[in-house]
Amino acid sequence: MPIFLQRFLAWLIDHFLYLLVSFLTGIRPKFEGDLSFTPEKKVYFANHGSHGDFVMVWISLPKRWRSLARPVAGADYWLSNRFKSFIINNVFNGLLIHRDGNNPKAMTQQMSQALENGSSLIIFPEGTRNTDDNTILLPFKSGIYHLARDNPDIRLVPIWIDNINRVLPKGKLIPVPLICEVSIGDEMALLPNESKEDFLKRATENLLALAPEAKQQAYSQQQSLKLKEKCNDSAQ
Amino acid sequence: MIPLNDLNDGLPVQAGFVFLGIFALLLFMGLVVQVIEARNLSSTQKSNLTLHQIRSQIYSWWVMAVVLLFAFWFGRIGTGILFLLISFAALREFMTLVYRRKGDHYAVVACFYLLLPLQYYFVVSDWYGMFSALIPVYAFLILPIITSLSGDVGSFFERTAKIQWGAMITIYCLSHVPALMNLHIPGFEGRNILLLIFMIAVVQFSEVLQFICGKLFGKRPVLPALSTQTSWWCVFGALGGGTAVAASLWWLTPFTPLQAAATGLLLSIMGFFGGLVMSAIKQSFGISMWGRRTRSHGGMIDRVDNICFAAPIFFHIVHYYWVP
Repeated sequence: MPIFLQRFLAWLIDHFLYLLVSFLTGIRPKFEGDLSFTPEKKVYFANHGSHGDFVMVWISLPKRWRSLARPVAGADYWLSNRFKSFIINNVFNGLLIHRDGNNPKAMTQQMSQALENGSSLIIFPEGTRNTDDNTILLPFKSGIYHLARDNPDIRLVPIWIDNINRVLPKGKLIPVPLICEVSIGDEMALLPNESKEDFLKRATENLLALAPEAKQQAYSQQQSLKLKEKCNDSAQ
Repeated sequence: MIPLNDLNDGLPVQAGFVFLGIFALLLFMGLVVQVIEARNLSSTQKSNLTLHQIRSQIYSWWVMAVVLLFAFWFGRIGTGILFLLISFAALREFMTLVYRRKGDHYAVVACFYLLLPLQYYFVVSDWYGMFSALIPVYAFLILPIITSLSGDVGSFFERTAKIQWGAMITIYCLSHVPALMNLHIPGFEGRNILLLIFMIAVVQFSEVLQFICGKLFGKRPVLPALSTQTSWWCVFGALGGGTAVAASLWWLTPFTPLQAAATGLLLSIMGFFGGLVMSAIKQSFGISMWGRRTRSHGGMIDRVDNICFAAPIFFHIVHYYWVP
């Protein structure tokens, strides 16, 4: 396909997706003045409840921020056919990660490389999609910590995506229009001498602080319940 | 089925007068706010907040007036499409709060993709029987059937009742506004758009006067549980203001001045209680405004709650007494 046609097709798909998602969810790009950080070298980390999550983050970012943001995606899924690979490469400029090697170091290196080139990344530190309605947030995987440790000059930005799991629940075919929200927080960085556990805890707290009050309370209740169970287990 | 020759009937000249009047009023109010602001630069935080509120209100009235003018220009098709979009936005806000269990999914799907377009199709094609029965009869019976097929019986009655209520208020009630275009009043042909303008103007002015009276005087709320903003002064402002505006706009309508005033009073009462009921519903959902949690101004339902309650009553009054 000639390059101008590819560009045109990518532009068309981009705008179609934007219209579709904003019809369904009411999401629109934020104003540049709403964001307290620059577009370069950011790691946007969001909660993961649906396939549409990275499109939601993508649309919420103002144009200058969006043009540098690259969603981190699994190569095995996105390269399985030509249509998918066109979308992830030409529309979203995604950073494709090979997960099959079971080599977390190579993944981190690949992401660090992209950050050094000035790009920003969109990642989902929960690792997999959280499809359980009653679980607010899964525990973070440690990849986000390694990324922050290897690249001291990057900043991390928490993004809470709310309500999207109801638009198209697992197993349903037709999406319903419901108002969703994408809340973008302030940037954070790894503190000197901060341990992995402390950093992951702080990142989780910063993300949860953007969630609706009721969800924050439900999360802290669940955590204390889990803690109790753990204590009971070790007592036995 | 859709009478396409109605597409280009344009606006009657009276509509032009009303819109000119509204634009002049908005311009005047904008200037007044400008002057007040220039005078007390060093004023208190609180009055600045009120001024800011009023300024954003004036801005949103400008937008509303221009959108209405544009839609009215295209007659019944234009008003049909405009209110279809308003219904969609209102339904989306309502269902965002109602939809809590997966078992509701296909009932909500039916509201958006079946009931909403069908209802407005019946409005634009002037199919009165189906227009008045689709949601109170067919949807009332079919939505619970769809929900029951999901197999999820947890708080089944509450869920179906809420979905039905949402469809009634956001689709059925609002669709009565463009349906005013379908009334065949002898001697009033081609001017039905003036009925819409009359109704919207009366209800909106009534709300504005309620707001102003609430700001100026009277602090003791009538129904403290429902609304802390509504004093007796607000009630008198809303009803008196609406009646006065209606009487002064009698020349737009097929009514005599007295009939116009009585209709205006009824519209103001319905609009007033519409606002009150919707604020009670907001409280039962635990929110202060419809729409986005993080947004400072209200959503679509906050703007049209009074019209939702006034439009069906107005439609039926005109239908029974003026349509032979």
